[in-house]
Amino acid sequence: MKDHVLSRFQEDVSIVLCGKAGQGIQTVEHMLTQTLKLSGYHVFSTQEYMSRIRGGTNSTLIRVSSNRVSAPVNRIDLLIPFSPGAVSHVRKRISTETILLGEKKAYGDEYQEEKAIDVPLSEIASEVGGPIYSNTVAVALLAGLLKVERGVLDQYLRHHFAGKDETIIQKNLEAARRGYEVSNELTRSGRLQIDLIKHTEIKDEILIDGVEALAMGAIAGGCNFLSFYPMSPSTAVAVLLAEHSKEFGIIVEQAEDEISAMNMGIGAWYAGARGLASTSGGGFALMVEGLSLAGMIESPMVVHIGQRPGPATGLPTRTEQGELLFALYAGHGEFPRIILAPGTIEDCFYLAQKAFNLADQYQVPVFILTDQYLLESHYNIPSLDLERTPLMKHFVETKRGYKRYQLTEAGLSPRGIPGFGEGLVVLDSDEHDEEGHITEDLDLRIKMVNKRLKKLDLLMKDVLPPVFVGPENYEILIVGWGSTYHAIREALERLGTKDVAFLHFKQVYPLHPNTLTHLKKAKKTVIVENNGTAQFGRLIRLETGFNMDREILKYNGLPFSVEELGERLKSILE
Amino acid sequence: MDMKRFDMEEIDIAWCPGCGNFAILNALKQALYELEVKPEKLVVVSGIGQAAKAPHYYRCNLFNGLHGRSLPVATAIKAANPELVVIDESGDGCMYGEGGNHFIHGIRRNPDITNIVHNNMVYGLTKGQASPTSLQGFKTPVQRNGVFQEAFNPIALAISLGASFVARAFAGDTSQTKKMIKKAISHKGYALVDILQPCVTYNKLNTYQWFKANTYYLDTSHDPYDRMEAFKKASEMEKLPLGVFYLNPKPAFEERWSVYQGSRDPLYTRTPDLTKLSEWIDSKRGM
Repeated sequence: MKDHVLSRFQEDVSIVLCGKAGQGIQTVEHMLTQTLKLSGYHVFSTQEYMSRIRGGTNSTLIRVSSNRVSAPVNRIDLLIPFSPGAVSHVRKRISTETILLGEKKAYGDEYQEEKAIDVPLSEIASEVGGPIYSNTVAVALLAGLLKVERGVLDQYLRHHFAGKDETIIQKNLEAARRGYEVSNELTRSGRLQIDLIKHTEIKDEILIDGVEALAMGAIAGGCNFLSFYPMSPSTAVAVLLAEHSKEFGIIVEQAEDEISAMNMGIGAWYAGARGLASTSGGGFALMVEGLSLAGMIESPMVVHIGQRPGPATGLPTRTEQGELLFALYAGHGEFPRIILAPGTIEDCFYLAQKAFNLADQYQVPVFILTDQYLLESHYNIPSLDLERTPLMKHFVETKRGYKRYQLTEAGLSPRGIPGFGEGLVVLDSDEHDEEGHITEDLDLRIKMVNKRLKKLDLLMKDVLPPVFVGPENYEILIVGWGSTYHAIREALERLGTKDVAFLHFKQVYPLHPNTLTHLKKAKKTVIVENNGTAQFGRLIRLETGFNMDREILKYNGLPFSVEELGERLKSILE
Repeated sequence: MDMKRFDMEEIDIAWCPGCGNFAILNALKQALYELEVKPEKLVVVSGIGQAAKAPHYYRCNLFNGLHGRSLPVATAIKAANPELVVIDESGDGCMYGEGGNHFIHGIRRNPDITNIVHNNMVYGLTKGQASPTSLQGFKTPVQRNGVFQEAFNPIALAISLGASFVARAFAGDTSQTKKMIKKAISHKGYALVDILQPCVTYNKLNTYQWFKANTYYLDTSHDPYDRMEAFKKASEMEKLPLGVFYLNPKPAFEERWSVYQGSRDPLYTRTPDLTKLSEWIDSKRGM
């Protein structure tokens, strides 16, 4: 090893693990982020991967920082290649500052010698007991470089492998010791210096991804019935709820298709359960018929769409914000709906929880629009507050003569459920009378249409206001929605401009009444979206008549990085 | 018990005079009465078509949903509240055409529901096109040279899927139809009752007389627990057998869910266990 200093990193380090599917990159990501958080660092991680089970080239970004970080960066400080091809896979992101750390056989001649540190991971692993230990060696190497105390990693490994054979635990501890040896050597020689600030309070924070937050939120919201058909990236939500189904009393049924999944969810709500259908755009296309049914029979329903790029099969494992207008217009006929779009991991929890109350209260379908990027990003957050949104059940005990679609002053008909009370609960997908029976009374038709549409006015009182970030006296307003929240926010912080503000929407339909006021105050407005047609910009124009001045769009299947967004914002702001 | 408990006060029935649906309606009401089912505990799910309007003509909780989609709805209702008596009642086009995939997988799930299919071998409400069960050669304004596809055989398909109860009835015989419906409702698990019925307006081939001449009742020598025998009987097309073809007792869909292992309470009575959720969230602190 050469002895000159290769690099020093302060405040924020970006580590990229790159290799084939099936090599255990996710295991390294999981072990490393947990350990780093437990030792007091802020961590963020996200993955991009191919639609295949083995092979290909995938990469995982881990940001470790002295400050809270929740958005992806393009920059690579430390690149850990796990297989040949890794370097070329991330070539565009490699700069002169990037240090490569790993086995020569994984990067070969692809990399300039002086920026590469050859660490014989598999050789060390073999000495410990076999190639399976190379992940632990890699975790320890990075943990050591980041000055994680040995005790923290050892304790984590004991916890992680609890229940396994003692020899396996011992070998992992040995693998960790060997990984630390390498890192100590690098640190001691001064070749690699990483100095980040630890914060004790972070040790107590929780580290979760969007999927976990969404599933936890659904449970907190009383979800006890999930019907789905597997489709990336939404499947993970169903898998997680299935794993916890016994504990929380949830029926998780894999349907024969999304048509069935949607109709099951509606059937479950009819019988008083709280149903969720989780899917992606293509699966939702099949649910559209059922969505219209929910609109007509005024059934509550919660639909989670984990967005990925379309049309058709598109890029199955990548990200996009492409289903907003689809969700808005889906379903034949006219009926109100609510569309929520979490921007953060906390939002995934609180909005999923709220969705069930809203659906129940207003008897409308409620969408939760996430995307592959948000679902599969992890970062630490202080906690989740279970008391913030109390569970409110809105169905009533029926009396003899109950009319499901009673025309009321307030607009909402009290929702009965079968078997609870003496009344009969009658629903019809045809136009119906107050009792729920088929009608072709065209005057009654007008009343029923008005009743359904009036709910849009009623639910305005619960519309979530957009989040405003920045100076009150702004000249330029950046507008975003859903998963772009943190990337936009960090990009703006880095630009440090004084007259730019950011307006983020986590409820995208209906729009909050203050929307236009915010927009009109700006001299210039910029919409930022992870799609090709500025769908939210169009929605704003449709609802308010306001035209956004500029667009920053991205639709290659990847989320915005902070740097990329910063550059594109800069060129507009100048 | 009031015999009239299932009667509606004033209704305008949308069926043609002489329609087989009337006989099925009567048989079903009698069956429900004799089984002492309470209308408040009864949910009938239907799709779209003339048959699917049936539940509007007797007192019950009613979910008249989309064409072909009744089975997923019925399955979920029973799963969400096993205390309810759930019947899925629709026509041959709805159940075997538009809803074919749900029919297959509904049988595989085996919810404790009764699936009554009004099978008149024609589409009535859309004015006389072929249905999946139309016989070969049946001429319609669309199938002008006659239907050339093999007729869909719901009985044989249900037996092949291991359905827990498979029967065929004929609407012209109210007494036998009622008996079969009673058996089906009393049966634990998915029960198919395919009821042959004439369409007096659009099916001039399969009339009351045709069904009388082309059906016969399975006698006591038929062993409904013998799957191969049941399949043989289901494959007979010369004369269509009537009766219970096949019985295959097994646990119902809703019985398999862990949510009902500790308690049989319907889901609507439940609230999430926030203490456990809090523990799960806490576990994400790391150790």
